[in-house]
Amino acid sequence: MTEFIQQLINGISVGSIYALIALGYTMVYGIIKLINFAHGDVYMLGAFAGLYATLVLKMSFVPALLFSMIVCAILGIIIERLAYRPLRNAPKIVILITAIGVSFFLEYTTMYFLGPQPRAFPAIFKEVSYSFFGGKVTISNREITIVVVTIVLMILLQYIVHNTKIGKAMRAVSYDMQAARLMGINVDSTISATFALGSALAAAAGVLVGVYYNKVFPLMGIMFGLKAFVSAVLGGIGIIPGAMTGGLILGITEALVSGYGSSLYRDPVAFVILILILLVKPSGLFGKNVREKV
Amino acid sequence: MRKSFLTVIAVVLLSFLLLFTSACGNKSSTSDTIKIGANLELSGNVATLGQSGLNGVMLAVEEINAAGGVLGKKIEIVKYDNKSDNTEAASVATRLITQDKVVAIIGSMTSGNTLSYVNIAETNKVPVISPSATNPDVTVDPKTGKVREYIFRTCFIDPFQGTAMAKFVLNELKLKKAVVLKDNTAPYSVGLAKFFVEAFKNNGGEILADENYTSNDQDFRSVLTKIKGLNPEFIYVPGYYEQVGQIVKQARELGINVPMGGGDGWDSPKLVEIAGAAPLNNTFITNHYSSLMPDPKVQDFVKKYKEKYGSEPDAMAAVGYDTVLVLVDAIKRAGEATPEKIKEALKTTKDVEGVTAKISLDENHNAVKGLVILEYKDGKQTYKAYVNP
Repeated sequence: MTEFIQQLINGISVGSIYALIALGYTMVYGIIKLINFAHGDVYMLGAFAGLYATLVLKMSFVPALLFSMIVCAILGIIIERLAYRPLRNAPKIVILITAIGVSFFLEYTTMYFLGPQPRAFPAIFKEVSYSFFGGKVTISNREITIVVVTIVLMILLQYIVHNTKIGKAMRAVSYDMQAARLMGINVDSTISATFALGSALAAAAGVLVGVYYNKVFPLMGIMFGLKAFVSAVLGGIGIIPGAMTGGLILGITEALVSGYGSSLYRDPVAFVILILILLVKPSGLFGKNVREKV
Repeated sequence: MRKSFLTVIAVVLLSFLLLFTSACGNKSSTSDTIKIGANLELSGNVATLGQSGLNGVMLAVEEINAAGGVLGKKIEIVKYDNKSDNTEAASVATRLITQDKVVAIIGSMTSGNTLSYVNIAETNKVPVISPSATNPDVTVDPKTGKVREYIFRTCFIDPFQGTAMAKFVLNELKLKKAVVLKDNTAPYSVGLAKFFVEAFKNNGGEILADENYTSNDQDFRSVLTKIKGLNPEFIYVPGYYEQVGQIVKQARELGINVPMGGGDGWDSPKLVEIAGAAPLNNTFITNHYSSLMPDPKVQDFVKKYKEKYGSEPDAMAAVGYDTVLVLVDAIKRAGEATPEKIKEALKTTKDVEGVTAKISLDENHNAVKGLVILEYKDGKQTYKAYVNP
């Protein structure tokens, strides 16, 4: 039983990170029907921005987190402006291939400038572990931080989407881009805002992973990006609560698979879930709620 | 129709021509240098192994060239980065052999990368000498049981390393229940784990579980939680520093405080960076040498290395250095720097005075030499014991 609780803690920590990245996938898909495969690499750049903020600018955790989120928000806008906006009316497949191209571009440019070696993330705050059940279950303050930051950011996102003007515009554009434009909504800037928000969340995930695993490297976005994509599809792509739930379910499933099966099956299980969902319920777990997407 | 047919023929002819010229292109090699290839992990997930190895190689080459070279010629190292990737290592080997026309290849540091091009070297009849590929299959084909003619190494092999650690745990640490956590994607890790398990069981120990991970993994908490539930007294993690660093760190975070251990794949300054000094306490590794050994030969090497690179030489630097010594000794005895002659001479390598040991190669092309057991204390390696073969 104690082992099960520990596995749940492990799963929730990783799952929160998947959820944060998955939100970016889901928001961008919701608004322009694009699977932005470069999203995992924005997360990687977020981690490096966090590394730079702590090592060079000597920032503490929260400023570093904000710094990295701002950097990636700007980056997200630039990527959208340069790579996707010129193709706004091109066939979907063209934009998808462009996204893959952008992904490789970000990965290998980072590798060119920073080298392929992993960098150790500095210990931003002192680590404290709390033990329960006679040391059988431990939870560290970093795990708590991950979950707390994730929850705070998600509440913030829900607030932005439902209670602000830009959120209203995002919802309108996702319903019907043409109609929204006719109603006087600036579609381009709304899409930019969506990319900025999604990228900022991915950056936060990057910094959290840096703190949690204290290792960042240029190709770290590939696996986490794919897992986040699976989470988004699992919850129902285009649906914000779906991305959160999908991330948590995937994280916990993975933890239980490695804990009670074999860790070699962990990655295959994630992709089996993707295939099953696509076969059985392509719209995802929350898929009925089609009209509420962003 | 006719026109397009002609075009096709023209294209085919032209491509043959290009192939032919490129194949014969680099035929002439300057005769005043001896070209030796280096196929090393200069980037990628075991990059520090290759970089240290190269430092050792270059230090030795510089000394030999300064002393007049071999057979009146200077040695020239043609080095390429294999990115710690099997496919890349194979293509680098092909390039070294067919384009650069090297007389021998030094590398690679890991068993997996070396194994990816042993057949290429065999077919092209160019000797390969690895400083640190410890998997037995590197020099002996496991399918036929025959020794690979052109493949050599200047290090001990995994059965020795795995067995030495098993005995050390049982006899010195007096621990009887162990768990193995290995990198299922690295022949090195799988090999070490196998020999550790064998020796541990044969000498009265008990293996509680044999767990796996892959070199892409970042999160080991789930499998470590499972291991924690088994209450082992010792955890053997025969992987490479990058994952091992995270495993040790995450294990300590989960409250697993038992001793852990591994092989020479741990030996990297990055290990301490990733795992942290305190979590590494109470961990033990088997290694080729220690810069703390009192031997004057070792201390002399440490001094020279520090002067040139400004850091403590790790074991990979030492084996890289030794590999050049063994190769140059062979070239000297061969009297002629051709792949065939060098291979023949390597076979009879005897008592070459290296930094890590006095090196002789046995009938399986493996170095016969001892190993050291090191313990990490506050992020520093401390010398624990020397084990003879």
